[in-house]
Amino acid sequence: MAAGTHRRDRGPGTNSSRSDWRYAGATCIALILASAILVSGAPAEKHLSVYSVAANYSVPIVQREGRDYVGLLEVLEPLGRVSGKTDGTRWRLRYNNVEANFTAGANRAQVMGRDADLGGKFVLENKRGLVPLGALNSLLPRILGGPVALHELSDRLFIGSVATHFTASLASDDPPRLVFHFSAPVNPSIANEPGALHMTFRREPLVGPASPTLTFGSKAMPSASYSESNGSAVVTVKTSVPVMASFSNDGRSITVAATPAPQTGAAPTPAPPSTQTAAQNAPAANAAPANVPPAAVPHYFAVVDASHGGDDHGESLSSTLLEKDVTLALARSLRQELQSRGISTVVLRDSDANLPLDQRAIFANADHAAIYIALHAASSGHGVRVFTAMLPFGSDDHGPFRSWTTAQHDWLSPSQSTANAVAGELQKRQLPVKNVAAPLRPLNNITGPAIAVEVAPQGADANQVMAPDYQQLVTSAVATAIASLRDQLAGAQPQP
Amino acid sequence: MIPRHLQIALAVLLAAALGLSIYAWHVRKTVAATPVAPVDTRPLAPPVTGPTEKVVLYVAQDDDGTLRAQPAQIPMPSGRQQRAEELARALISLYLDKNSPHVIGAGTEVRSVFLVDPGGVVIDMNGAFADSHRSGVLVEELTVASLIHTITANTPNILRVKILIDGKERETLAGHADLSSFYEVAAVDQLASQLQAGP
Repeated sequence: MAAGTHRRDRGPGTNSSRSDWRYAGATCIALILASAILVSGAPAEKHLSVYSVAANYSVPIVQREGRDYVGLLEVLEPLGRVSGKTDGTRWRLRYNNVEANFTAGANRAQVMGRDADLGGKFVLENKRGLVPLGALNSLLPRILGGPVALHELSDRLFIGSVATHFTASLASDDPPRLVFHFSAPVNPSIANEPGALHMTFRREPLVGPASPTLTFGSKAMPSASYSESNGSAVVTVKTSVPVMASFSNDGRSITVAATPAPQTGAAPTPAPPSTQTAAQNAPAANAAPANVPPAAVPHYFAVVDASHGGDDHGESLSSTLLEKDVTLALARSLRQELQSRGISTVVLRDSDANLPLDQRAIFANADHAAIYIALHAASSGHGVRVFTAMLPFGSDDHGPFRSWTTAQHDWLSPSQSTANAVAGELQKRQLPVKNVAAPLRPLNNITGPAIAVEVAPQGADANQVMAPDYQQLVTSAVATAIASLRDQLAGAQPQP
Repeated sequence: MIPRHLQIALAVLLAAALGLSIYAWHVRKTVAATPVAPVDTRPLAPPVTGPTEKVVLYVAQDDDGTLRAQPAQIPMPSGRQQRAEELARALISLYLDKNSPHVIGAGTEVRSVFLVDPGGVVIDMNGAFADSHRSGVLVEELTVASLIHTITANTPNILRVKILIDGKERETLAGHADLSSFYEVAAVDQLASQLQAGP
């Protein structure tokens, strides 16, 4: 024995005793370290994403005996009437008119009197029946009476024919555009990083094409790949240039287009290109052109900016309501109201995407929009606030070029006229209105008439800002005011 | 052979280590979800003593979204910079009161106020000011306008103001009010007039 050997080798008494204590101490430290590593390295909680006609939801995946298990009640509850009854080691499941019997520790179950292989032991915990994840493939078709597809490696479950498919094609415009068409509306989270754009579909039952990698023969966007993991599908577009994604066709199309390279000189703004996403121009050495060429024709009359988006949630109006979602709904409502009055309108952020403030201003400036309207929502106070830009101190103007931070300077007058008209129209509808300047970006970067509208509830219930009738009351007032100023805005000139 | 007393000690330690690791495993999520009691970082009473002076604080009112001029008697030092700092502290103390008409986050403090010639003021607030501030265009604007206007209305010859958080520049106060540039005092004065006019 090692300890005995130590004693013999090292001689009597004190030394051997000290050695034993060292041995014991080292063992304990090793154990404590191992425990710490075990605890700190615990995997993050896994979820199974379930897609069905009734609802899309997720249920927790738990580990039992080294395998993934899910609770049957949790999976079935959103789909219909379900109950579980425990009788000793037996568990009876009833889903609508279907009955299934399980026994704790057994590898098989009975569904409507017929045997079903679970591929692992049934676990009964606190009156909850847990089955191996893989067992859903055999159990659910019998219980639900329809087809089920389980993507076990990526924790995604498709119940019925709910899959959303997509195609991608390259439009060889200049700059090139990659257009994704989806069989149903989608609203992915979009993240941009050097060399790649990732679209993550957590709520959508997106399935991949036959080949997970699509190649396009474009230097700017050579390929796109599809992958699934952790309950999500991800489409990654490889890029060699900066790109930006935009949504159209009510969320059924996503266009990924290269953004023009930032200009390094104080060059005049080019005429607006013919496509929505290409109509961008980076701030040139922190300067924006002071004057828009009079001959420029707006591609869109109104640019409506749904503020925040992606990682920027804005205010949490309630436990379930984020400002970014309210502004998107308001923007879509305002677009509809403006278009119904014959005003061509584009919504800048028509999805849950990150869009930097500079990019928003760049788009509006390059498009030479007649009016830029940023939308915000708030839970504090009540009614609607209409803002114009409050310019910061000083400017770095050079000759005909304006400082980026005070680019709005020459347009304050038409902006204030627009804000007054919008406030007046809101008052006509008995809505409390405040009309003031605000230090709110990117209003100060816009080279054209620009306002921001912040919508708060009329009373104490913050959820009112999401109510369609309240939203329409506000957006119809804004649209009516813009329509009444159509000629003035179309011919607005900078006033130094 | 390991002596008996060592065997017992080792067994006890082993059991303790295993027990602790199992306990840690179970409480891991609970610990993460348990809110940490906030540190009481309420500002101390104004350090300045001596004669008080009548000043006007411009106090934001959440109920109607206005600024209201409110006279106050506070101890004021003689130095221009210290006076500006005391004005900011008096305003923040008022907002931290439980009956405040414009609630700001607990723990908000004025770290310091610097006068920078010519005509510049830098207000350095602590992180809690921005981190715990409510988000919204108007609610943030009211805080900024109130803070700047209170200092500049009581301190002559100020042209521009910069707000820092923990000594560093921040993009926005809480997602809306721009803190990346210097505020022009003339523009803030105009805004304060608009906000005092009421809805």
